[in-house]
Parts: sequence; structure tokens; C-alpha cells
Amino acid sequence: MAEKKKTDENLMTGSEILVKALVEVGVDKIFGYPGGKVIGLYDVLFRTPEIQHILVRHEQGATHAADGYARATGKPGVVVVTSGPGATNTVTGIATAFMDSIPMIVFTGQVASGMIGNDAFQEADIIGITRPITKHSYLVKDAAHLSQIVHEAFHISVTGRPGPVLIDLPSDILAQKTSYKPCVEMKIRGYNPTYKGHSQQISKAADMLNSAKRPLIYAGGGVNIGLAADELSEIAIRGHIPVTTTLLGLGAFPEDNPLSVGMVGMHGTWYANMAMMQCDVLMCVGARFDDRVTGRLNHFSPASRKIHIDIDPSCISKNVSVDIPIVGHVKEILPDMLKKIKPADSETWLNTIAQWKSEHPLTYKQTDDVIRPQYVVERVAALTDHQAIVVTDVGQNQMWAAQFYGFKRPRQILSSGGLGTMGYGLPAALGAAFGCPDDTVVCFTGDGGFQMNIQELTTAVQHRIPLKIVLLNNGYLGMVRQWQELFFGRRYASTVLAEGNPDFMKLAEGYGAAGIRVSRPDEVDDAIRKGLKIDDRPVVMEFLISREENVFPMVPAGASLDEMLEAGH
Amino acid sequence: MRHILSVIFENKFNAIPRIAGLFSGRAYNMNSMSFGLGEDPETTRATITSEGDDQIIEQIAKQLNKLVDVIKVVELTYEPFVERELALVKVQSSPSTRAEIMQVADIFRAKIIDVSHKTITIEVTGKEDKVNAIIEMLQQFGIREIARTGIVALKREFQKESS
Repeated sequence: MAEKKKTDENLMTGSEILVKALVEVGVDKIFGYPGGKVIGLYDVLFRTPEIQHILVRHEQGATHAADGYARATGKPGVVVVTSGPGATNTVTGIATAFMDSIPMIVFTGQVASGMIGNDAFQEADIIGITRPITKHSYLVKDAAHLSQIVHEAFHISVTGRPGPVLIDLPSDILAQKTSYKPCVEMKIRGYNPTYKGHSQQISKAADMLNSAKRPLIYAGGGVNIGLAADELSEIAIRGHIPVTTTLLGLGAFPEDNPLSVGMVGMHGTWYANMAMMQCDVLMCVGARFDDRVTGRLNHFSPASRKIHIDIDPSCISKNVSVDIPIVGHVKEILPDMLKKIKPADSETWLNTIAQWKSEHPLTYKQTDDVIRPQYVVERVAALTDHQAIVVTDVGQNQMWAAQFYGFKRPRQILSSGGLGTMGYGLPAALGAAFGCPDDTVVCFTGDGGFQMNIQELTTAVQHRIPLKIVLLNNGYLGMVRQWQELFFGRRYASTVLAEGNPDFMKLAEGYGAAGIRVSRPDEVDDAIRKGLKIDDRPVVMEFLISREENVFPMVPAGASLDEMLEAGH
Repeated sequence: MRHILSVIFENKFNAIPRIAGLFSGRAYNMNSMSFGLGEDPETTRATITSEGDDQIIEQIAKQLNKLVDVIKVVELTYEPFVERELALVKVQSSPSTRAEIMQVADIFRAKIIDVSHKTITIEVTGKEDKVNAIIEMLQQFGIREIARTGIVALKREFQKESS
């Protein structure tokens, strides 16, 4: 009898095994929302001091917060939600992370194994629903497998091209008592991402760059995710190669370096887009020739021979066929390449670019009576010394932040690039603040996107997170309005928010956040200074901006990169 | 152009939906897909036929390879390979047509595997065009039901032998 009792004591529930495994892989923060099928798991989390659970106010907020945490720290974000609606609410956040290759682990509750398929209360086939937007997923069938699965899931999520992994947890598995079986060996036969680049391909690429007259590096999110910004800079500087970045690549190369040509693409700089079109050797590093970057594909960078470095073979020659593909990790490939890089004879080219920069700078019309959003971004940048972690929502606010902040370091801008998820900004900023408590976190948002996940203001207030929310309020869904103005005869169908907008100051106050409203350009600096000083709660700095301000330059949909509309259009 | 992909993957929960879902989610064409246990009992081999230009097929192969469960993808199109499909065809028959149906089956080296007063069920194995041909020939008698396996294929090792 005594022996039997002892064995029972060694048994653990599925929930306990899961949490033990989470501690093993180094999880210290979880963003989540409880519900019927995960009460037992929450009970274990409640008793686990190693892990802080942050209660969001909507499951979508949990996924974006985990995403922001992952982008800011480089560690995978972890989400726990319940079954059914809890699980389906994570879909947008998972898709956002998937498109931008962000490591994330999502644990969803599930009805008991025997009930699956019976349309049980709060049942949803979340594995099926998320199949195309996850890197991998697991339905746990035995609590004894949990440790192995957790270790595997984290491994898959962070290695290779990172991405979200979902683990579905039937309630009987969480309650099942079994002995802890540690993960001893990770052997996933079909999963061996390539890290080391092919040495001959690397040599060929270096030769091509060395002999170029008009070389250009086009760097994407992969350089930020792969922590290879320094390696990239060394190549650019040694090889005299100018660098343009994608939205997700911002910060991978400091914008104050003379070799920087800023952001490329639909709302990229004039000179970056022209450089893209006129370069003779283009090296794409950790980017994927996305349609927002290339413009009209059959007229993309016509004069260049192309090199493409990517960890995901399926990105190579998907949209644009390249001359030298190199599959592997940027952090491995770039140092190998650096050894072979010599200064290119690119002086004329660099002079041309410098001239373009002075002739076609990013610009906007400054006025005394009404606040220009670009001015707000510039002033926030100056007053945070270009060092804040900048989180954007999606739309005009995102593009203005991208164009005018002036990023200096990797992982400094967090933005939903691939999926373009409105409502991303606030919860992602929250996650970033939890991940990097010593940094100033600024969230640029609009009156549309801010309201899509505004409930997370509560979470920030509860945890006394001093988020700096810069609300660029133009009373419109600005980016759609811009398209309507330019291409739909100024018919502003369902894009006028002004008449229905809440009083954002009262709203901030109601949540317990600070609120500062600014309507005149000469008040902007004082307001930002005041906002930056608040250290015990979030602040909503609402700027009433010029309502019909447009984002320029702009490559219209379907146009070539050199067919830009410029400011003053 | 028709392409044949041979895909070996681990027999894991959800692997087949992942493979199938890739084709619908990315709007890839799929003509047939057959599954069965592979030489290693922990794996399954899928044989998939698809239409598309080389670039699309290369993308399909890469996307399949990206799935965690998938161990190996081989495109057989540009290699010598052997392929077979099996079909069961249930044909209407009467005493007056039975002999003729059996003759057709005989010419195609098909087997009669079931017979009733009103039907004959024929098993035929061969390349896709042979299966199509016998079905075409049997149309005149009235086909009740058809069950086809889809194509299975393997790389040919001895390259001078005719198929």
C-alpha cells in the first residue's frame, strides 16, 4: 500500500506536465485568457511563480501581444486560450505572425478527446481552421507526450524560417495523471532547415557584387529576425553598396548611414525605388519580393542580375527568378560572404543616389495652423532620440512612422507587414513593453485601428505599463480614403469615422490612462515631452491631424516602381 | 503539362490534410492523389499528379518539403519512371453483351472480379491512358460505377526495359 501511494504522488496531471515543460524551455511570460477547458491549466499557472501570466481582454490581443513580445525580444511569444471562441479569436493574430515569420506558440483548450467531433459546447476544429496559417500543429493525445511536444514545438517555431505553432489540448489530457516523461531526443525526420550557405554560390555572389557598377542590397525582415544587422552593415560598408530595406527590414541598416536609401516599395522613398529599378546587381537578403515591394512584376528591376539569400527555399524564385540563390541563415552566410567582398567601383552610382536624395527627399508641407502627421512622427523621433521601440498599427500611420522615424537599430519597429492587420498596434506594443521593460515603447496608431483592440488599454493600465500611444486622428480610415481620393472619384464610402468617433480623452480617462489632446502644431513638442514623462500608466496622445493628408511617394497598384506619385500630386 | 510528385511523409496526425490543404490554399492544380504505407511502416507515400508549368511545380515541391511531416519529395516528371493505376469498373451486362464485354476485358488484360445477372465488374491495371481507353470502350455497354485509385509511380532503375 505504501508503495502504491508513493507512485501516485509521483504522478502529475497533464497541466502540471505542460507547465513544467514550459519552465524547462524558458518561458517566463504568457499572454492569455482563461475559459472552461483550461481552468485546470490556469490553476497550475497560478501556482507557478516562474511564469507570469498576463490577462489580456480579448484573445486576439493575446496573440498580437505575444507577437510584439517576440519581435522585440527575439524569444517566442506564448499564448494560452480556451477552446471554441477562445481559439477562433486567435486566428488573426496567428495569421499575422505566420505572414511575418514570427515565432509563437499558441496553446488552445479543446473539448475532451471523446467529445471531439460531436459539436460539443465550445468545440471548434482549431487545428483545421489554423492549418494554413501555422508552421506546424499538434493535437495532444496522451499527457505523457506533452514534454516532447512542447520541446519540439518551440524548436520548430524558432528555427529555420520562424513561425507560429499551435498545440491543441483536450481537457481530459490536461486532467490525465501520468508520470513525467522528459524530452530526451528531438528527432523530426522531415525538418532539417539549411543554415550553412553553399560556399560556391557565396563566392559567385561576392564576385558579382565586387564587379558591379550599380550594386544594391535589399534587406528584409530576415535580417532583423536572424540578428544579422551587423554582418549586413559590414558587407555594405566594405563593398560600398547602398542598402534599401523593406518595412520589416527597417532598422536592419541604420538610416543615418550615408549608404542607406531608406525603405523601398509602394510607399518607399523615391530614391530607393529608383535605385531598385536602375541597379545592375541586386542582392536580396531575407526578403521575399513581396508585391508591395516589387510593384509590377514584369518590369521589376529590369537591369539587374539578382542574388537571393533566404532560409526558406520556397521563397526563392517564387515571384522573381534570380541568378544566384543561396539558401541558408543570414547569420551564417553573410560572414562567409564578407571575407570575399571587395570595394565595388560604385562611386558614380553612390553620387547619383546622393543627388536623387537631395532632389527627391521624403517631404511634406509644414503648416502653422494644422498638425501634419509626418511632423508628429519626426518630433516623437527627435524627442525619443530615435531610440524608442516603435510599434505601428496599419495604414497611413504605419507608413508615416516607417518613413519619418529614422530607425537606427534592428528589432526597433514592430509592424504587421504581410497581413496588414489593423488593431495590431496597441496589443503588440503591450507585448513589446513586457518584453523590454527598460525601453520606451511608442505606438503609432490611427482612430480606426486603435478602436479595433482598444480593450487592451485596460491591460496596460492594470500593469502600469507606460505605453506612449500616439493617436494620429484624422477622422478617416485614412489609407482607404486616400485610395478613394486618388482612384475612386473622392467617394468616401464607409471611411468617414469622424462623426462616430468617441471622445478619446474621456475614453482614456475611463480606462485610467492619461490623455493629452493636441490640435496646434506649436503644442506638439510640449505634449510629447509631457507624455514621455508619464511613467506609471499608458498615455494616449491624440493629435488632431490634417484630415486629408496622403502618404507619398506612392506606387499605384499594378504600376512599376518608377511610376511613383509624389507629394504635391 | 502533367507532373508526378512522389511524397514520403511521416504517418502523423493531420499530415494528409496538410498536404491536401496546401493545394487548395495555394490554388495549385491536383489531378489525383493516392496514399499508402511506404517501405518504412512509419511513413506514407503519396503520389500526386498535378498540372502546371515548371515554376509552379517547383513551388509545389518546395511548399510540400516545407511541411514538417514531409521527409522527401521527388518529382518524377523528368526521370524515367513506372506508373500504374488500378480501376474497378462495373458495367451493365445482359446475356447478349456479356461475351463482348469479356472480350474487351481480355484485350486490355483486365480481370473479371464480380459478375451478376445484370453487371460485370472489371479490374484493370495500367497506365492512365490504358485505363481511360478501356473505360471509353466500356461506355457503350453502360457503366454503372467506377472506382479509380489514382496514379502510383516509382522511379525506374533499369532504364532500358520497356514499360
